[in-house]
Amino acid sequence: MRTFKKGGIHPPENKITADIGIEILPTPDIVTILLSQHLGKPAKPVVKKKQKVKKGQLIAEADGFISAHIHATTSGMVKSIDERVSSPAGQFSQAVVIESDGQEEWADGLNIDIDYESLSREEKLRKIQDAGIVGMGGAGFPAHVKLNPPPEKKVDTFILNGAECEPFLTTDHRLMLEKPEEILKGLDIAASFFDKDIKVYIGIEANKADAIKIMEERTQGTRFEVVPLKAKFPQGCEKQLINTVTGRVLAEGQLPFDVGCLVHNVATIYAIYEAVAKNKPLIERVFTVSGMEINSRKNLRATLGTKITDIVDYCGGVTDEINQVIVGGPMMGKAQFTFDVPITKTTSGILFINNRGLERSRERACIRCGKCVEVCPQGLQPWIMTDLARLNQFELLPAYGLNDCMECGSCTFVCPANRDIVHWIKYAKVMNTRQKR
Amino acid sequence: MTTQTRQLTVSHAPFVRSGDSIEKVMYTVALALLPAIAAAIYYFGLRSLWVTLTSVISCIVFEFLINKIRKKDLTCFDGSAIVTGLLLSLNVPAGLPFWMVIFGSFAAIVIAKELFGGLGYNIFNPVLVARVFLLISFPAEMTAWVVPHSVDMVTAASPLGLLKTEGLSAIANISYWKLFMGEIGGSMGETSALAILIGALLLYAKGYIKLKIPLTFIATTFLFTGLFYLIDPSKYASPVFHLLSGGLMLGAFFMATDWVTSPMLARGQIIFGFGCGLLTGIIRLFGGYPEGVAFSILIMNALVPLLDKWDLNSIAKGRRAH
Ligand code: SF4
Ligand code: SF4
Repeated sequence: MRTFKKGGIHPPENKITADIGIEILPTPDIVTILLSQHLGKPAKPVVKKKQKVKKGQLIAEADGFISAHIHATTSGMVKSIDERVSSPAGQFSQAVVIESDGQEEWADGLNIDIDYESLSREEKLRKIQDAGIVGMGGAGFPAHVKLNPPPEKKVDTFILNGAECEPFLTTDHRLMLEKPEEILKGLDIAASFFDKDIKVYIGIEANKADAIKIMEERTQGTRFEVVPLKAKFPQGCEKQLINTVTGRVLAEGQLPFDVGCLVHNVATIYAIYEAVAKNKPLIERVFTVSGMEINSRKNLRATLGTKITDIVDYCGGVTDEINQVIVGGPMMGKAQFTFDVPITKTTSGILFINNRGLERSRERACIRCGKCVEVCPQGLQPWIMTDLARLNQFELLPAYGLNDCMECGSCTFVCPANRDIVHWIKYAKVMNTRQKR
Repeated sequence: MTTQTRQLTVSHAPFVRSGDSIEKVMYTVALALLPAIAAAIYYFGLRSLWVTLTSVISCIVFEFLINKIRKKDLTCFDGSAIVTGLLLSLNVPAGLPFWMVIFGSFAAIVIAKELFGGLGYNIFNPVLVARVFLLISFPAEMTAWVVPHSVDMVTAASPLGLLKTEGLSAIANISYWKLFMGEIGGSMGETSALAILIGALLLYAKGYIKLKIPLTFIATTFLFTGLFYLIDPSKYASPVFHLLSGGLMLGAFFMATDWVTSPMLARGQIIFGFGCGLLTGIIRLFGGYPEGVAFSILIMNALVPLLDKWDLNSIAKGRRAH
């Protein structure tokens, strides 16, 4: 079975929710919609306090090229526009707070069936842009920008990312099982932006045998090819997936289209289908609720702006042992300092865990075992970057590929000296950008 | 309790770890050394066990005292002091007076390891520093090799010692099989190549050994001594003899591979192994001492920062050229 060339690790998979169907979480009375749910500039609000809004109505406009529209995720009244709401990414963002009227009334012309086959390329792109779709795997890069690369970059390979290599998460897995038809249609739409002879691959990790089977059945006789991938972290990172499927290697600073590739994850492609075929803006998403310290573990579809507190209530509360809430997966997710955080377009999972054992173990000096070098999928030298960062010699790190590090956490995972390698690398990145300013 | 009043810990990803730790690594290495210890007890009697216990316990005690004096977290039970103790006992004759063993532990833990900053910061392999300390301080006791299975600790020269002082004829009747099994005079751990290889296999299976180092080390010594054997077999011992006698196996698999004191990158590791092997051959054939493994590794230890720097510079250059 295929996999990427360099490094990689095998963390315990813990896909507890793999067999649990997607459940719909009712929209809470109050939704808090962040205006920065994507990479790039936050959107600018176009509604006022006390204004009545309908579901799917534009409430904030993209600010510039790399930005994305934000829509009302339910119908009701704008309760307030808050300036500093903590986001799951650990930053503060402006947010539109809507008090739901319980009607779930759609704005005109949304959530309808569309004969999209006859639409032109530009019209379809426009719909994706209007729907505010961003990369839902975690990066949050605006989808319409990614689907429309500069003309001099010839894309010959399109990869649907169904790897879902993060432990615990089963979002894309469930979507592939429950919405295969929609996903394949979405894939068709996305691929239609490129040359007719573009190669389309569907990469799925082997631990999702049922998803591989469904996708293989449905793609029989089509131009789509399902590629089973060896389960290895970080198989789902763009560079690794491209390397696995095509053998191509991205140099530092290169983007996928520089090597003729484009990667979109399952949830994003599903959203693209809904935007183009149903005129539905991105106002809800599927995510996994898991970890040992929540009473029931589920795959949920919820309205964006639902808070973690609402989700905890719906899932029967947390145990007394909980000490961390993670948005995302356990390898690359973000620890939250409060439950009072709304979910966003990029929330693929929420984990409730007890990690006190880890907290107690000390960072020791590097014993030079070389394991971090062995597992780094980017072929870097994490140990020396950590040594230098600890000595405040940040300016020396880029020479060793600092900016090529995607913070996948593989090095920290294996380090027997328990060094917080990714933490130091990230710290060095921040310090370097500061010095440049 | 509601979610509002709960304390959450914020830390950086990843939130899972492999469970590997310094403790786990060190105790595995200790386990891998047990066949060699057992062989020593089998050949040299129960006194070997007392030497081992003395050295392990004194290493732990010295580390504990230093931890206290430096007001640092206790590291004396992380297993590295135990490994040092085990290896040190394998590097001395079974009949060495106990106070000298304790002196060796002091040299290893206090001088070679903790004065440099503790585990991870030491440049030289602590065990080898101790061995050389002992050899220079007590040359007679350190070369009083016990004869295997002797009732009252009769001592004699090791095969390499015989070779150095009396020439090729003195070792003519020592079979390779005896050398391989370890039924020869020598330090506690230098005798049985078999016991060492069993332990090395465990480390290899666990991924705890940088295999490039021992392989180039042994191959270089073999080729170097083999070259001279080919030139004049009446003057030089065969390379197989050199392979199986002395501390080559123990040194190559358990001391040259010490993570902290060996190079991080492939090219450095190969040069390191080559240097160790070449120096060992030169000292054995032309040096004043019969055995050169310890000196060779120590000399190469000193070059490790340079080798690492060279490799890192090449990496940086390669990236820039891209
Ligand atoms: S976090 Fe960075 S340095 Fe560490 S393994 Fe991943 S890419 Fe390599
Ligand atoms: S894994 Fe940890 S101890 Fe091993 S070389 Fe890397 S930083 Fe050092």
